[in-house]
Amino acid sequence: MSKAFSRIYIFLVFFFLYAPILLLIFFSFNSSNSNVAFNGFSLRWYEELFHDEEILRALLNTLIVASLASVISTIIGTAAAIGLSNFKKWKKKAIMNITYIPVLNPDIITGISLLLLFVAFNIPGGFITVLIAHITFDIPYVILAITPRLRHVDSHLFEAAQDLGATPVNAFFKAVFPQLIPGIVSAFLMAFTLSIDDFVVTFFVRGNAFSTLSTVIYTITKRKIPLSINALCAIMLLCVLTVLIAVNIFDKRKSREEFK
Amino acid sequence: MKSRVIAVPYVIWSGIFIIVPTLFVGYFAFTDSNGTFTFENISKIGKYANVFGRSIVYAAVATVLCLIFGYLLAYFMAHLKEHQKSLCLVLLMLPMWINLVLRTQALQNILMDNGVINRLLGLLNIPSLKLLDTSFSVVLGLIYNYLPFMVLPIFTSLEKLDNKVIEAAQDLGANSVNVFTKITLPLSMPGVYSGIIMVFIPCLSTFVISEKLGGGKVYLIGNVINDMFNQNYNFNVGAAISLVMMLIMIITLVVFGFLDDETKEGIL
Amino acid sequence: MKKLSVLVIVVMLVVMPLSSCSSYKANEVVYVYNWGEYIDSSVNDMFEEETGIKVIYDEYDNNESMYATLKNGAAKYDVIFPSDYMISRLIEEDMVEPLNFDNIPNYQYIMDNFKGLEYDPENKYSVPYTWGIIGLLYNKEYVTETPTSWSALWDERYSGKTLMYNNSRDAIGLTLIKNNEDVNTTDTAVLDTAAEEVKTLKKNLQAFVSDEIFNLMESGSAYMTPAYGGDVITMMEENSDLGYVIPQEGTNLFVDAMCVVKGSENKEAAEKYINFLCREDIAALNREETCYSTPQQQVYEGLDEETKNELIAYPTDDILEKSQVYTNLPQETLDYYSSLWTNIKNS
Repeated sequence: MSKAFSRIYIFLVFFFLYAPILLLIFFSFNSSNSNVAFNGFSLRWYEELFHDEEILRALLNTLIVASLASVISTIIGTAAAIGLSNFKKWKKKAIMNITYIPVLNPDIITGISLLLLFVAFNIPGGFITVLIAHITFDIPYVILAITPRLRHVDSHLFEAAQDLGATPVNAFFKAVFPQLIPGIVSAFLMAFTLSIDDFVVTFFVRGNAFSTLSTVIYTITKRKIPLSINALCAIMLLCVLTVLIAVNIFDKRKSREEFK
Repeated sequence: MKSRVIAVPYVIWSGIFIIVPTLFVGYFAFTDSNGTFTFENISKIGKYANVFGRSIVYAAVATVLCLIFGYLLAYFMAHLKEHQKSLCLVLLMLPMWINLVLRTQALQNILMDNGVINRLLGLLNIPSLKLLDTSFSVVLGLIYNYLPFMVLPIFTSLEKLDNKVIEAAQDLGANSVNVFTKITLPLSMPGVYSGIIMVFIPCLSTFVISEKLGGGKVYLIGNVINDMFNQNYNFNVGAAISLVMMLIMIITLVVFGFLDDETKEGIL
Repeated sequence: MKKLSVLVIVVMLVVMPLSSCSSYKANEVVYVYNWGEYIDSSVNDMFEEETGIKVIYDEYDNNESMYATLKNGAAKYDVIFPSDYMISRLIEEDMVEPLNFDNIPNYQYIMDNFKGLEYDPENKYSVPYTWGIIGLLYNKEYVTETPTSWSALWDERYSGKTLMYNNSRDAIGLTLIKNNEDVNTTDTAVLDTAAEEVKTLKKNLQAFVSDEIFNLMESGSAYMTPAYGGDVITMMEENSDLGYVIPQEGTNLFVDAMCVVKGSENKEAAEKYINFLCREDIAALNREETCYSTPQQQVYEGLDEETKNELIAYPTDDILEKSQVYTNLPQETLDYYSSLWTNIKNS
């Protein structure tokens, strides 16, 4: 009996979570511009989406910022994680606590504090400020993702490589780096996702007509909402679903290989 | 490998872009528009006492409801078979990656006076309910957006529970209620604390959800801060309010054992 | 796996910045900050084609947030479209540039009765873009009794179905008009009374809105709202159940005009843009799209009789006599409005 209850409950919760989104996607195929009355099947909104310059430009901006921010923050963050592991205890703790600030701060506070910084130094809002903001909140997650992995790294390999004549840099890249790759990749993906998804921080620092996907969706939903937004949601869901399934399959294949 | 210098770029970055902005919040909070030191902004905060109160209440209600429904979900999920578990996990995480504004808009469409829910009620001859632009819709929106953030850490800590401990307790004669209250619940507390932090703080500081689902009538502290910076142009009072907000956040973290390392890892 | 990920990273590092270069390389640019839904979508492209100047276009939904964005300096715009009272405030605070009318020859086509108005008496800083009055838009299907007064918004029969603008000046101002008071009063007692009434209204409201008004009225979700001329016509075109009245207490007459922000780095380009918008074909396009009343002589003469007779767009003298124009208020009154609005939102 309780098994049935558990199944029903799980189903209800997921129904609650998905119903609004699925309805939104359902109406993306509506031939009329209504979110409440379905008047026939049509793909016009998908067509309009691909012609919407505002959204396309915002999408490009989002991809550029997310790629650059995640690459830069992964590099700086990985270096920081490694370097910090060698710091003295109290220095390390202090910097780690500072690292937690962007993670724990409500994003509106991160947003306005950076805005105040830029305003005080007269830096106009735009691509640069958004990029800086994204890097700032991405790096802590990179550090927090990589630091636990460092504990599992076999540092003897590093010393052995040096004994065999490798320079410290070479030894690092050939002996240590490969062990870190899974951690680095997942840190990179996390930073990338955070940047794509961010709304509030970007909203406060964006300034001069620089929009990302999330800010443009916000602006559009404040006025007449064309159903191309629904189409956008459908496509985003499809992308995320594809990525998640791919990651799942990749993981399963990997664990099957490891089993061999 | 033993190098410490490679961490320097980050130390400099964090100094400029984490510490300095935080100091600026303090600077703007304690100065007026001319830069002279003043306590005026702090005294103006008193006017917003009831907004703070309201925000804390909304966030608390949403958090408690997320906790109840979320814990149940995490518990049931943890007892599923392996392949069902990973399916549920994927399904749980998917909505988190759809844009916040889109998710809120989706909910708004359903709750509208002539939206799907009211139309269904109409078919059953039930008079339409006022669902949108109310406190109800805002709390619902908070739960809708942040439920996964409560479920995930609890699920993770329930997963880590060693079955052997439960079996041992049952061998010693504990019934299922006892098993839950004396073993499962206490051992899942780190997850619960992480979940509470991950839900309460965003709920406290939201402005998009109260704006879109509250019809401009539900005025929360996030809306005040947004107004100060984007509408009323009063950075100083805005900064002062942000300082208080940060204080509330620090208190929450301390109360829910942020200092506990396991909770920290749970947040990730 | 390792080599693949390195390759992917390198490719992205190279491709992304390159593609960003092409969109950010600008020979000449003009940054335009305008109201939402306030221009024909092809105008900016046409301007770019004819002049080679790229238009970066951003939108705001009320005067106060536009002012806040300019004041905090986090964004730099060249052309803005403030309303009358905001223009006087910007002039007073030295936030707009005097215009070089040699660059705006099309100014000659602006009708004389829109020149030398109170907010810019010497005509140095602004060029009118649109004007109009505000009416009460309602859904004839659900509002069975034709409303005659602004107090219809407070009518409890339509509880949860009425809307009000989401800014202090409009909300309190309309209440003042309803009470037959001076819309620019500094009398705090009068303002207090009005604010209390807005608090009462809030209980009756569906929502405070700005551009959401289109969606809510057109879909029939809300039944009644104050609305500006052009928006009224637009919404009536989308939903034939909608109609309007100009309430007996009177209305607010507004002019939105184009200004150049102080310290603009693209002043000449900005003036060219303003000139472009005053050209007959462009002004006609914008009028067609937004339905707002035009101050451009040639476009007005080209309108058909039906449009010219639409009261909300081209009000007759008796309506104009009962209309009030917002002017800029002294700083302490503005602060008072601020605190009243916070109280209203808070209640």
